[in-house]
Amino acid sequence: MSTATVEELAEATAPDRFWNRQRRLGAALVIIGLIAAVIFGSLAESATARFTLSEDAEGAALSINGQFGAILFGIVTIAAGAALLAGVAKRWQTLLLCLGIVFFVLSFLCWQVAGKFLPLVDTVSGSLELALPLILGALAGVLCERSGVVNVAIEGQFLMGAFGAALVGTLATSVWAGLVSAVIGGVIIASLLAVLAIRFLVDQVVVGVVLNLFALGVTGFLYERLMQPEALKYNQPPRLPEWHVPGLADIPVIGPVLFDTNLLVWLALVLVFVVHFGLTRTRWGLRTRAVGEHPTAADTVGIRVRGLRYLNVLLGGVVAGAGGAYFTLVSTGSFNKNMTAGAGFIALAALIFGRWTPFGALGAALFFGFAQKLANYLSAVGSPVPNQFLNMLPYIATIIAVAGLVGRVRAPAADGVPYVKS
Amino acid sequence: MTTEAPAAPPEKSPEKKEKEESFLGLFVHNLWSANTVTVTILSIFLALLIGAVLIVISDANVLSTFSYFTARPSDALTASWDLISQAYADLFKGAIFDPAAVQAWFNGSGDWKTALNPLSETLTYAAPLVFTGLSVALAFRGGLFNIGGQGQAVIGCITAGVAGFAIGLPAGLHLIVALAAGLIGGALWGFLPGLLKARTGAHEVITTIMLNYTATLFLGWLILQNGVQDPDRTDAISKTVDSSAVLPALPAPLRVHLGIVLAVIVTAAVAWLINRSSFGFELRAVGVNPPAAKTAGMSVARTYTMLMVVAGGLAGLGGAVQVLGTADKLTGQVAGNIGFDGLLVALLGRNKPWGTLFAAILYGALRAGGNLMQVDVGVSLELVTVLQALIVIFIAAPALVKTIFQLRDARTARLGTSMAKGW
Repeated sequence: MSTATVEELAEATAPDRFWNRQRRLGAALVIIGLIAAVIFGSLAESATARFTLSEDAEGAALSINGQFGAILFGIVTIAAGAALLAGVAKRWQTLLLCLGIVFFVLSFLCWQVAGKFLPLVDTVSGSLELALPLILGALAGVLCERSGVVNVAIEGQFLMGAFGAALVGTLATSVWAGLVSAVIGGVIIASLLAVLAIRFLVDQVVVGVVLNLFALGVTGFLYERLMQPEALKYNQPPRLPEWHVPGLADIPVIGPVLFDTNLLVWLALVLVFVVHFGLTRTRWGLRTRAVGEHPTAADTVGIRVRGLRYLNVLLGGVVAGAGGAYFTLVSTGSFNKNMTAGAGFIALAALIFGRWTPFGALGAALFFGFAQKLANYLSAVGSPVPNQFLNMLPYIATIIAVAGLVGRVRAPAADGVPYVKS
Repeated sequence: MTTEAPAAPPEKSPEKKEKEESFLGLFVHNLWSANTVTVTILSIFLALLIGAVLIVISDANVLSTFSYFTARPSDALTASWDLISQAYADLFKGAIFDPAAVQAWFNGSGDWKTALNPLSETLTYAAPLVFTGLSVALAFRGGLFNIGGQGQAVIGCITAGVAGFAIGLPAGLHLIVALAAGLIGGALWGFLPGLLKARTGAHEVITTIMLNYTATLFLGWLILQNGVQDPDRTDAISKTVDSSAVLPALPAPLRVHLGIVLAVIVTAAVAWLINRSSFGFELRAVGVNPPAAKTAGMSVARTYTMLMVVAGGLAGLGGAVQVLGTADKLTGQVAGNIGFDGLLVALLGRNKPWGTLFAAILYGALRAGGNLMQVDVGVSLELVTVLQALIVIFIAAPALVKTIFQLRDARTARLGTSMAKGW
């Protein structure tokens, strides 16, 4: 893959400094580990923190003394950082970084949960549910951007999808009709994006931002004209049914999360695999990546650059529209003005944080979903940590990622550059 | 007017053609070409047209007349026309002047304040948009896309608002300090993406989008803190800005304040900065061709950073004007949508300072007129958002307008927003 060669080249030409990326990461981990061990440890109550394996306080639980846990996990983070500083082999780098961050989070949780309980099933399924639109939105972004079209209009596609699902779902009293029209709503915005960006060569970020406002205006306008006066007639879609898979659903923690849930969760998870497989193993995927990295070269070997971009942007619209259905058919059960509230931009952040790959996007979306779920939990138990700061986490993490402070993030080379055949 | 002599041969010898054709013929010929003015006017026209369709399809009464359209089309057409004309007449009356109120003023039965109120509302809404629009326009000229106007304006709101109620100073000085606080707050919020862009190459679109939400969340946290929250209230609202820090306004029902005067002054300053100062020359050079600017001895990194600082400061000033002019206190929604609207305003004004000023006034007018339209005909204010977005879509895609109306190629004006570049 071309990314590999670019990274190798950059690696080869860079002077070998002492404070290379690995040592900087190690130093950062040591610092946050110290924060965890000292500050979280001293603030934590010396009471039992219970992580119950159910949806409430009942049943089996993993328990640990809060203060002890906060200090212990902080020390593990320091150890992971120290190993990076000492200069372990490069292949351990990612693993140690992940371990360090996970144990930092665990230390934080021990501090917060000490003397209380955290239901694991609820946390995991809540994180997954909050991550659901982010996964679909980020996948839509992957489809568009790997073929070279910047998609800032995910928010608009969400809104149109959510609106379409609510309106048609109510009129047809069918959740499936709602889902289909959510997809159509997403495709409407996507086709506007495609035509303006590919055919009329308008700056793609400009189009995206303006389309977001357009979707906000249209849905808000129709909401106030139709749905607000006659909510029963226009704004009461049926909810997506929860499907319970017998047998599998009884597995602890994973069972209730994955096998007692709605179709959209499965769709999102399956799509991650499908898009990954498609991008890396099929003719379509190779062509998409070629068009996104070097459209002129792709054109030279006979790939229809614009046609492929149209296809991918519209496919992205399908996926993002389905993501929009989450808001009305899964989450709240009715449409509201600007109900997505920036989720499209968090999806964009997940896309970038996940380095434009399906699995990266999935991981980032789950991480952001977890941060949101944790923010909700903390504000519910009255934690001293303000939930606004936890909600900032996705945005700050993305800034750190694009600034190259943690790892290198590189967009497809031709992302955002319209292709004009010469 | 399109049935003139074939355009191709005269195009090649414009001097000759000018002699042959009458002034009027030439005027019409150029009028129907894709020049800036024509495209702008046609964009507004197209947006209003689509808006009219939306008004009709969302009105149950009018829509019911369409069910027997083939039998009696006049019913449907009259009903649609009545609704649309009333809505757009209200848009005009709410934004510029109401003929009835003006007549009453001349007859002596009305008040001059009532007659001028629409204009006052227009300018009130326009004032902050001028600043955020200039912020985006300036950054565009330097080749940066400042989507962060919203976040910078929010931070400007915060710093100006806090300076407005937390420190006690004599009138006049207090206002200046509060405005300066807004300026500095926004500048700091712009400095961050500028620095990241210059030092690490992090794309400013991504960083500024993320900083927008960070700023909004920070505001949401701040207004609930002791010392900021209004002690008499339990909801998320801050103390009121001292009267010494409020921008002076016209007498009571009129809301227009000194902010619009400030906006004109700042527009002139930005125009000077871009076109006459050495920094302006640098930023334009960097905007057109960074490698060439670097070869010429300019520091691209320094220009990017400074540009974002100035752009952020302008947006922050917009936030300050919003708080000190109209809002008076901080709430979660205090900045409204002025940052994103500023983006549209800059695009509509084609990134030129005076163009941005007029675009902001047009947007303010749409907003002010939209209020009356909502009250009077019941057409939601959201229609204005749709109109604003549509206008910019058409402006940004001149090729689309050109295709729809079969316009000729413009002779000089180079249209097209070819700023497209990757992340």
